[in-house]
Amino acid sequence: MSGNMNLTLKVWRQKNGGSKGELVTYPVSDISPDMSFLEMFDVLNDQLVTEGKEPIAFDHDCREGICGMCSMHINGHAHGPKDQVTTCQLHMRSFKDGDTIVVEPWRAAAFPVVKDLVVDRSSFDRIIAKGGFISVNTGNAKDANNLPIPKVDADKAFEAAACIGCGACVATCKNSSAMLFVSAKVAQLSLLPQGKAEASQRVLNMVAQMDEEGFGSCTNTGACEVECPKGISIQNIAIMNKEYLKASVVSEQEAQ
Amino acid sequence: MSKLDSKIPEGPLDKKWEKYKSSVPLVNPANKRSLEIIIVGSGLAGASAAASLAEMGYKVKVFCFQDSPRRAHSIAAQGGVNAAKNYQNDGDSVYRLFYDTIKGGDYRAREANVHRLAEVSGNIIDQCVAQGVPLAREYGGMLSNRSFGGTQVQRTFYAAGQTGQQLLLGAYSALQRQVGLGNVELFARHEMLEVVTIEGKARGIIARNLITGKLERHFGHAVLLGTGGYGNVFFLSTNAMGSNVTAAWKAHKKGAFFGNPCYTQIHPTCIPVSGDHQSKLTLMSESLRNDGRIWVPKKIEDSVAIREGRKKAIDIAEDDRDYYLERRYPAFGNLVPRDVASRAAKERCDAGFGVNKTGEAVYLDFASNMKYKYGKQVAIVKGIHNPTEEQLHAFGKEVVKEKYGNLFDMYKQITGEDPYEMPMMIYPAVHYTMGGIWVDYNLMTTVPGLYALGEANFSDHGANRLGASALMQGLADGYFVIPYTIGAYLSGDIRTKAIPTTHEAFEAAEKEVQARIDKFFAIKGSKPVDYFHKKLGKIMWDKCGMARNEAGLKQAIVEIQQLQKDFWADVRVSGEANELNPELEKAGRVADFLELGELMCVDALHRVESCGGHFREESAETSGEQEGEAKRDDANFMYVGAWEYKGPNTFELHKEELKYEVIKVSQRSYK
Ligand SMILES: Cc1cc2nc3c(=O)[nH]c(=O)nc-3n(C[C@H](O)[C@H](O)[C@H](O)COP(=O)(O)OP(=O)(O)OC[C@H]3O[C@@H](n4cnc5c(N)ncnc54)[C@H](O)[C@@H]3O)c2cc1C
Ligand code: SF4
Ligand code: FES
Repeated sequence: MSGNMNLTLKVWRQKNGGSKGELVTYPVSDISPDMSFLEMFDVLNDQLVTEGKEPIAFDHDCREGICGMCSMHINGHAHGPKDQVTTCQLHMRSFKDGDTIVVEPWRAAAFPVVKDLVVDRSSFDRIIAKGGFISVNTGNAKDANNLPIPKVDADKAFEAAACIGCGACVATCKNSSAMLFVSAKVAQLSLLPQGKAEASQRVLNMVAQMDEEGFGSCTNTGACEVECPKGISIQNIAIMNKEYLKASVVSEQEAQ
Repeated sequence: MSKLDSKIPEGPLDKKWEKYKSSVPLVNPANKRSLEIIIVGSGLAGASAAASLAEMGYKVKVFCFQDSPRRAHSIAAQGGVNAAKNYQNDGDSVYRLFYDTIKGGDYRAREANVHRLAEVSGNIIDQCVAQGVPLAREYGGMLSNRSFGGTQVQRTFYAAGQTGQQLLLGAYSALQRQVGLGNVELFARHEMLEVVTIEGKARGIIARNLITGKLERHFGHAVLLGTGGYGNVFFLSTNAMGSNVTAAWKAHKKGAFFGNPCYTQIHPTCIPVSGDHQSKLTLMSESLRNDGRIWVPKKIEDSVAIREGRKKAIDIAEDDRDYYLERRYPAFGNLVPRDVASRAAKERCDAGFGVNKTGEAVYLDFASNMKYKYGKQVAIVKGIHNPTEEQLHAFGKEVVKEKYGNLFDMYKQITGEDPYEMPMMIYPAVHYTMGGIWVDYNLMTTVPGLYALGEANFSDHGANRLGASALMQGLADGYFVIPYTIGAYLSGDIRTKAIPTTHEAFEAAEKEVQARIDKFFAIKGSKPVDYFHKKLGKIMWDKCGMARNEAGLKQAIVEIQQLQKDFWADVRVSGEANELNPELEKAGRVADFLELGELMCVDALHRVESCGGHFREESAETSGEQEGEAKRDDANFMYVGAWEYKGPNTFELHKEELKYEVIKVSQRSYK
C-alpha cells in the first residue's frame, strides 16, 4: 500500500439488533494520508476477508458528502473531528501516525443498531411522509416564473434544504432530539410562498410523528448545529417553534 | 432480422407527442386501483414515476437498496438541469434544445424521443418549483440560468452545486406524500435480484431484504426499472459506490435487449486519481467550465518542472500557457461537449504535458475570471475605480464562492489544496452510461410489461450526453412520459387479476436466486470481491475507455472471460446469507459487471466507427481542419445496436435504423 501511517482502531461490533455489541481492536498499517476514512475501512475489510474473518458493516454510498448515508461516530464526534465534513469526506491527513481511533454507530433510541456501525434511520422517512412536502400533483404547476420569490427567501430556503438527512444531529444530542432535522424541512417550506397553504398542518403532523418515533425533546444545547455536516442553523428551530405556536393557536381556535 | 419496433407515432415530429398523448388509451379510476406497479429505483426517474402513478390511483411498490429512497445516486448530481424556457431571451426554443441534444449525441439518438424530451422540459421546472425546490434566483426573484457544454444559450437551472439533491428531495417528498397516503408501499434496503416473467410478460420481481437476507416475491401488473447507470463496471467512476447493473442485467437475461452498451461518457473535469487505495472519483461539475479556463504549459520542460515539484502553475507566464480548448475550438472554447474535452485532455497528457505526479492532470484555472470578470464587476458596483489586484481577488472570490462554494470546499477537502489560491487539477473519469436497456417510444423494453426509465434506458442521449440533460431525462420519463405511455399497456391488462406469488414462475425465479447465493458461499476462495472488480475496471479503462481499437478490444474480451472463470473459482464471500452482508451484495453486482463488461467490448468491437463517447482509433479524420477528430460512418452505423442475450458469452445483434427526418445530419463541429 501507499502510505506510512500506523493506527489502532477500536470498532463497535454487533451481530444484529438483538445481540450485544462490544468494541474490538484492530491495528491497521501503511495508511496513506490521502485516503478517506472509509477507504481505510475498505483496506481493513479486505484484510479481514482475506484472513477469513467477517468484515465490518458500515453505511455509505456517494462518498461525496451528499447522500447522507455514512454515519460513524468517531472519537466521540458524529462524522469525526472536522467541522462541516461527513465521514466519507474525512481524510486520514486529519489524524496522526500512532493515533487510536474509536468508531461507534449513531446512538439513539429512534435509530436502532442493525449491525456493527449500521443503524436504522427510517424514522426520518416516516416524519417526512407526514408533512415534509407541498401537496401538488404532477401536471398542476403554473409557469415557474409566474411566482417570483425574493432571492433572500430563496437562499434561506435553500440553506435549510441542504440537510442530507444523515442524523448526526440526533446522534450528537444528549436528548436524541430530531429538532434540527425536522426544523430544516419545516423552515424550508414555510419560507417559500408555495409552502404557506399547509404550513400549520405540516408542522403539527411532523412534530407529532417525531414524538411518536421516540426522539427526545430539545433543550437548546446547540450541539446539533456544531456537528451538522451541512451547517444547518439552529435558527431553523426558532422558525419551527414559531410555526408550531402559530399552528397550535389556530388549531385550538378551530377546536373551540 | 430485426425484432425491434420503436412504436414511434405517425405525424410531423413536433405534433407526435401532443397527438399521441391525447389518443393513448386510458385506464379508468376504478381499474387503476386494482392495477399494481412495481418500481425498482427511487432516483429521479423512479421517485417521480412512483409519485405520479400513485397520484393517478395505481397501487405502487417502490424498491431501493439504500436505507432511504432519498439517498439514490441522483442526489449527487451537481451542476444543473436543462429546460427550453428561454427565460434569458437568448434564442432558446424547444427546437434548439432538441437540435443540441441530437447533435451533442453525435446523431445516434432517436428524433421522436428527443423532441418529446425537449417539449416537456419546461414542465419539469414548473413542477419542481411548485414542489418547493429552491432553484437559484436573481435579485428580482426570477429563476437564474447558466451555460453548460455543447450549447450556446443559457438554459441550465441549478441550485448551487447541489441541483440533483434538491430535485431528488422534491421527488422524494412527493413520493413520501404518497407513502403517507397509503398509495405507495416502500421497500428500502431491498435489492431486486430477478425479474419474474409469466407467459412472456413481466409479472413481478424477486427481492432480497438486505437486513434479514430473506428472499421476497412481489407481483406487479407491470415492472419499471429506474435503476440507474452502470459506470461502476470501470470500478473507478464518479458514481456512488452502490450504483450497479444488476437489475438491468437480470432484465437483459430475461429477454430485454441491451442498447448501445459501449457508449460511455468520460467526464473531463474530475479530481485525478491519488493512489491505489482510491475507491471512487469525484466530479467537479461541468458548470465550472463557465468560469474556469483549461490549460497546460506550452513548453514540455515546464510540465516536467511542475511534475517534479520545481515549478508551480503561477510560475508559468501567460504566454507560456496553452489554453488548448480555446485554441482548438474557438467557437465553443472551454464549453465543448464532454467527449471532445476529455479526448483533448488525454491527447495533451499523452504528449507529455500533464501537470501532476502521475502526468495525468490538466489545470482548471479560475484566476482570470475571478479577478477580471467578477472582481471588476463588484468593484464597479462598489464605486472603486482603481482596485488593487488583491481587492479584485477578494471581490471575485466572494462571487465565485456563491456560485461554486460547495465544489471548491469539496476539492479542498479531498486534495488538501485551496482552489481559490491555485488552479484545480483535473482529469477525465467515467461518469455516465448512455447505453442501457433498449426501450420503445413508450419506454417499454422488449419484454412486455417491463419498462426502463432514466439512466437505466438507452434512449435519449445517443453516443454522448450533454451536461444537465440526465436530470431532465430522468424527470421527464417519470413525471411526464410514463404516466401516459403506461396506459397503452395497462389498459389491455385490466382483466388480469393479481397473480398469487405461489405461482410456479415465482417459485422457479426464487430458486434460481437462492442457488446463486449458495454458490457464492460455496466457493470459499482466497480473494475479496474488490480484487476482481479492480481487475475488471483496469481492463475496461485501458481497452474500452477513452480510446478503443480492434486489437485491444479482442484482448479485453479474452481477459474478461478468464476473469469470469477466476472469479467463480476463487472469490471469497464471508458472513452468512440470512443477515446484512455487504460482501454478498457486492459479489452479486460484480458477477453481473463481469458479464456486462464483455458485452460492452463486443459492442465496441463491432462498431467500427467513432461516434460521441465511443472513439475507435481506426476511425479518425486524417487531414483538413478536422484532423484528429472522431470520424463517424453513417453509411454503415447509423443504427442503435441492441443486443439479445443468447446464453453465456453469446449475444446477438439487432439493429434499429435511425432515420433523421427533420435534422440534417452533418459532422459535429465545435470549431
Ligand atoms: C457526480 C455526478 C454528477 C452529476 N451531475 C449531473 C448534472 O449536473 N446534471 C445532469 O443532468 N446529470 C448529472 N449527472 C447524471 C445524473 O445524476 C444521473 O444520470 C441520474 O441522476 C440518474 O437517475 P436515475 O433515476 O436514472 O438513477 P439513480 O439516481 O442512479 O437511482 C437508481 C435507483 O435504483 C435503485 N436500484 C438500483 N439497482 C437496484 C436493485 N437491483 N434493487 C433495488 N433498487 C435498485 C437505487 O437504490 C436507486 O434508488 C451526474 C452524475 C454524477 C455521477
Ligand atoms: S440537520 Fe444536519 S446533522 Fe441533522 S440530518 Fe440534516 S444534515 Fe444531518
Ligand atoms: S457516503 Fe454519502 S454522504 Fe457520506
